[in-house]
Amino acid sequence: MEQRYSWKTLTLESFMILLACVFFFPFYFVIVNSFKTLSAIMLGAGALPEVYMLTNFTEAWSAIAFPRVLLNSVIINLFSVIGLVIIGSMASWRLARYPGKLSTFLLILFVSAMIIPFQSIMIPLVQFTQWLGLIDSLHGLIVMYFGFGSAFTIFLFHGFIKTVPIEVEEAATMDGCSDIRLFWSIVLPLLRPMVATAIILNSLWIWNDFLLPLLVLQDKELRTIPLAVYSFFSLYSKQWGLAMATLLMSIAPILVLFLLLQKHIIRGVASGSVKG
Amino acid sequence: MGINRRRTVILNHMFFIGPAFLFFLAIVLIPFLLGTVYSFTTWNGISTTITWVGFDNFVKVLTNDSQFLQSFIFTTKFTIAAVVITNLIGFLFALALTSKIRSRNLLRTAFFLPNVIGGLILGFIWQFIFIRGFPVIGELTSIPFFNLPWLGDASTAFWGLVIVFTWQISGYIMVVYIAALQSIDYSLVEAARIDGASKLQILYHITLPLVVPAFTVCTFLTLSWAFKIFDLNLALTNGGPYDSSQSIALNIYLEAFQFNRYGLGTAKAVVFFIIVATISLAQVYLMKRKEVQH
Repeated sequence: MEQRYSWKTLTLESFMILLACVFFFPFYFVIVNSFKTLSAIMLGAGALPEVYMLTNFTEAWSAIAFPRVLLNSVIINLFSVIGLVIIGSMASWRLARYPGKLSTFLLILFVSAMIIPFQSIMIPLVQFTQWLGLIDSLHGLIVMYFGFGSAFTIFLFHGFIKTVPIEVEEAATMDGCSDIRLFWSIVLPLLRPMVATAIILNSLWIWNDFLLPLLVLQDKELRTIPLAVYSFFSLYSKQWGLAMATLLMSIAPILVLFLLLQKHIIRGVASGSVKG
Repeated sequence: MGINRRRTVILNHMFFIGPAFLFFLAIVLIPFLLGTVYSFTTWNGISTTITWVGFDNFVKVLTNDSQFLQSFIFTTKFTIAAVVITNLIGFLFALALTSKIRSRNLLRTAFFLPNVIGGLILGFIWQFIFIRGFPVIGELTSIPFFNLPWLGDASTAFWGLVIVFTWQISGYIMVVYIAALQSIDYSLVEAARIDGASKLQILYHITLPLVVPAFTVCTFLTLSWAFKIFDLNLALTNGGPYDSSQSIALNIYLEAFQFNRYGLGTAKAVVFFIIVATISLAQVYLMKRKEVQH
């Protein structure tokens, strides 16, 4: 747009910055109160702390077993996302390159299943996965994420693969390259932009997912971050200082990651903005 | 060659598509079908005798369950408010951040940030803001809005949920609209300006029609997120006060895992699925007809 930086733009800019400050005030409240005692919070939740106490953090650290739950969340996220990218890209490549009745049927099946809300499956899911022996274990939960994420991941890759020219693949096949090698050494590298998007969108979902782990993980040792926060709040909901420290600690990893990768994350969201 | 080649193709199909399909079958399809079957029974999750009751559960859910009806009305109202407000704010933010302002990249990050935190944790954060933070601001500014009994009655619980949902989702919606606005061919805008069109005319006659596909995507996203609201609902209000803010998803959860009425729970889940599927399909169909053809 050709107009120069005018006073109108300046007004708009100041207004948007003001709005951003309003947007951030919940974080301000969480941060300042995480350093206060309960009585200091009751006296005034808006003020800066007079003394910065770290006891809330050390107490919260052990109350929710932070290192343990962080590790569980990382393990679940890492393996689920890697697995989803592999099985999703493999299936969608094949579906896109061998069009036909079966491929169309499978694709329609995957895509229409994306409409099914989790609450419509969860009751029989708990029973059926118990029978499969997937309940109460990290690998069981990871397998469930493979199931729940495959439709969306295939949907993402399928749209992208159709825009990748097929000529390179045909030439490689002519030269006697097997399908498996063709996929690993030629196709997958070409899919890199969509791999990034699939990793980002699946991670944002799995990292914050709460109801599925709540239903299938009972062992305290296996808790993820959202589960630990939930059980903390059912025990000490009115110990605000401790609660704020717990919340701040539990959002810290994802916030740091977001600030480091913000460009990629926002680009990933813009290019894959279809998740239902 | 013929038969051997065909066998390789089929084996390769199974190798590439098989894993994704098997996980999908075991985790999504089979439970979905089982759920449909259970909805016609009185199963409680434990007993081995399962009695077939036909449409009894559905009749009960649709005609004789005032809480389910209330949850349905609450969720519908919430969805309408949430879809309108998040899309309006998201679109206005997108317009502002595609203008000449210098801090647009920083602001984009700032508005998107709440979205990376999950609904459960956001719900707990905002519980504190409503109960402890708002009264403090109310005292300082004496704006009546902050002195309302937040989360204490049905209407403040409702609007509390709308506020937090908006805070969480608007940034995401904004990013989608920004992508759509940036893809508009600038020569169209330039041509209109040379022909003497005002800014509002350009917005109404050029920009808006060209971002209709983004409206489709965003309305679809916000509609399905709002209608399926659970985590935020559980953490912020837990359905209260007096079950006035209990979403359908929360109602199904309580029916199955608190009262152990699996038959009734799965019947509700089937009804829920039918509603979600119908609005999703209807909405995509209606919006597709309004898109500008290139």
